[in-house]
Amino acid sequence: MKILVALKRVADPDNANKVKIPADGSKIDTTGLEWKPNPFDDYALEAALRLTEDGKNSKVRKGEVVVVSFGPKEVETTLRSALATGADRAIRVESTDEQLDGLVVAKALAKLVEAEKPDVVVLGKQAVDGDSNQVGQILAELLDWPQAAFAATLREEAGSLLVAREVDGGALEVRVSYPAVVTVDLRVVAPTSVYSASTDKAFKYNEGVRFAPLPAIMQARKKPLDTKNLSDLTSEKPRIRYVKYEAPPARKAGSKVADVDALLDKLKNEAKAL
Amino acid sequence: MANVLVVAEFSEGKVKKTTHSAVTFARTAAAALGGTYSILVLGSNAGTAADELSKLGAAKVLVAEDAKLEHYFAETYAPTVAAVAKDYAVVVAAASAFGKDLLPRVAGKLEAGYAADITDVLPSGSTLQYKRPMYAGNAFGICVLESAIQVVTVRQSAFAAAEPSGAAAAIEKVAVVGGGQAAARIEFVKFDQVKNERPELAEARVVVAGGRALKEQFYELLNPLADTLSAAIGASRAACDNGYCAPDLQVGQTGKVVAPGLYFAVGISGAIQHLAGMKSSKVIVTINKDGDAPIFQVSDYGIVGDLFKILPELTEKLKAIKAG
Repeated sequence: MKILVALKRVADPDNANKVKIPADGSKIDTTGLEWKPNPFDDYALEAALRLTEDGKNSKVRKGEVVVVSFGPKEVETTLRSALATGADRAIRVESTDEQLDGLVVAKALAKLVEAEKPDVVVLGKQAVDGDSNQVGQILAELLDWPQAAFAATLREEAGSLLVAREVDGGALEVRVSYPAVVTVDLRVVAPTSVYSASTDKAFKYNEGVRFAPLPAIMQARKKPLDTKNLSDLTSEKPRIRYVKYEAPPARKAGSKVADVDALLDKLKNEAKAL
Repeated sequence: MANVLVVAEFSEGKVKKTTHSAVTFARTAAAALGGTYSILVLGSNAGTAADELSKLGAAKVLVAEDAKLEHYFAETYAPTVAAVAKDYAVVVAAASAFGKDLLPRVAGKLEAGYAADITDVLPSGSTLQYKRPMYAGNAFGICVLESAIQVVTVRQSAFAAAEPSGAAAAIEKVAVVGGGQAAARIEFVKFDQVKNERPELAEARVVVAGGRALKEQFYELLNPLADTLSAAIGASRAACDNGYCAPDLQVGQTGKVVAPGLYFAVGISGAIQHLAGMKSSKVIVTINKDGDAPIFQVSDYGIVGDLFKILPELTEKLKAIKAG
């Protein structure tokens, strides 16, 4: 099986409350925040690796995982790290944030898919900076492929994937045949969430994503990393334009109360919330 | 004519409340554009929703009914939505699992701009500006969409549910457009429904949310309090990941976003991702043994202490108050 995984780097999501908006509202300033892989994209890569291996022998790839990211030269750090974790090849699409929106990225990915011919494209369901949750669905439409969005579990069958999607009110299980787009949700990295055809169903993964051992980090420098220009893939321009940015209304910390009686008194008489 | 199309969410014979929030958006947007709004409903028995939808002040209710639409799939719904949308300026649905799955696909088909999960619509002359949360709600972007048709999803907790108004709308049938290859390559297997007799999280006036600290006693401890307050139950990611409760209870940046009148955070430390889903609540109450937990920074009232003792006491005393 050949899988294409799209990766994005984002400003450290665990410190997202430290982003600043200048007084003129011209931008979201992330100065001082470290670049991290978008957590959902880390999960997408982990899911792709699980789908292309026997869980008991995870060093051997049964198939190919190609990772792609959009951005300046520095995003190669994100791609090299994915190569160290187990991906086979990487592609960087030279571009700036101003050139991109969901549709532009999906158009460029569709062009890459045409050339790479993967069986499955796996993406995180959402990048936690823009929080739009869109690229996988748009890509699936452009390709006329099925989309299994918000996947919590994946099970490889002959020529198809059995996917449980996290939806309102429960889990919706669907079967998609290749080629298909999958976007992954948080629970996809649980120990029993993803099984390739070769992984024993009794096998349990460690919780979360795997980390690259040191020798793999060295070897990753030798793995192929191609660069493409956005303009060679698509001439689309973003359809969304941000006029300005605002900080959220500040919320003041309230008071700590001594006990349940004090709390109920406050809720009843001060907040009038009961 | 600049009109607005609402895509209704309809399942198991019921129009979902999320639709009413999308209608509230449509009223503002249509008024600003000098047009009207219509509501499109799809499904194998979509006609049964038409009467209810016709009371929501729309110009028309459009019904796409076909046996092939028995199970919802973006792959089978998007072609019809996109075909109907060609006569409209704005297409809207709520940012529920349904809307977040379907509308980007519709936007892709129309090559339209898409604004996800908006919390406000700001008319500026004859254009609409949309306000949307980014970076886990730590920033808001105000954006415009530069395409002939605009596609948006609205955050349910930010748009009040529309009440019935005006004369009954005309009900029209619309043609169902078949899906392509995509529709042929996806099939329904099963739906594992989580039974939940409580109010929907996004609609409840009171939410009682629990974290990892509750462990296996998650429901045992929260159910009585939720019963007493007719509250919905929510959870932190850690509680969901550990299997203490159903995953669809997760409140946060990428789970449910709630803004109830009263929110209880019980044994929840308050990671940025959780705060993103609840900090618009009117009154926030925290119970946590760690007085330095970040959740206290957004709480109106907090008790530092052992939730296993505090929760039963709180429940008993609330019961007494309610019994009055």
